[in-house]
Amino acid sequence: MIGLEHYLTVAAALFVIGIFGIFLNRKNVIVILMSIELMLLAVNINLVAFSAFLGDLVGQVFTLFVLTVAAAEAAIGLAILVCFFRARGTIAVEDVSNMKG
Amino acid sequence: MSAADITFYCFAVVVVTAGLFVVVSRNPVHSVLWLILAFFTSAGMFVLLGAEFVAMLLVIVYVGAVAVLFLFVVMMLDVDFAELKAEMAQYVPVASVIGLVLLMQLGMVFGTWTFADDAMAMRGAVAPPPGEVHNTAALGLLVYDKYFPLFQIAGLILLVAMVGAIVLTLRHRTDIKRQDILAQIYRDPAKAMELKDVKPGQGL
Repeated sequence: MIGLEHYLTVAAALFVIGIFGIFLNRKNVIVILMSIELMLLAVNINLVAFSAFLGDLVGQVFTLFVLTVAAAEAAIGLAILVCFFRARGTIAVEDVSNMKG
Repeated sequence: MSAADITFYCFAVVVVTAGLFVVVSRNPVHSVLWLILAFFTSAGMFVLLGAEFVAMLLVIVYVGAVAVLFLFVVMMLDVDFAELKAEMAQYVPVASVIGLVLLMQLGMVFGTWTFADDAMAMRGAVAPPPGEVHNTAALGLLVYDKYFPLFQIAGLILLVAMVGAIVLTLRHRTDIKRQDILAQIYRDPAKAMELKDVKPGQGL
């Protein structure tokens, strides 16, 4: 029988993979954004699993809002990326330091 | 082991593998495709959990919009991804250490975690029995009633994100010729055309 623990384990593995990806692809912003999406997906799995096993729908409502914010974040992030690419011709994160000041 | 259990294990293995390949894949287009696989499989997991609406939303919003957006940007930007990936090997140790530490911390939390005694009493919106009300209908009743202000704010966030993305990426290029419709409409034949009386044999 599959319990809550199984889902939490999958979500934890996915979250750690997301963190791992951010550190692994230090230069490539696109993959970093994808890693963030993976982490948000892990959080969503957690919320839905708790919602299902407790019989409480609030978890699924919150998943809805997390999804909304994730979509908005992806759109804005990619727009900034396109802007940055037009200005610099590269997407390496190390070059972003010229944005300060 | 029942069919649902086997399905869960299949989905779990696929989603973790896909997540891993998103991160380590050399070609970002492949990364996006693995990401789509991860979203699809987790949608299957949500169906197993009885959250059909969120599952379909995941397929529509993530696979249909976000992943395609990623694909579009990856293909639009002319970046030498091989160069970006070249130094990936040097980050493997630190990334592994941080991942292991985080996994250990999550394991420690998991070891000591229990439900509160009155967890069942603290539920915010008790789900109706699955046989009576469909999951989508139950969520709709909640979102359009109890959480209506939050729902409106979510819509506002999407609007702001849309406007922001357009403002960031829109550029008015001055180095190309454009059609000026107003100038065409207000063009006056009397001013634009001139009749000349050309004398024979002389020309203008």
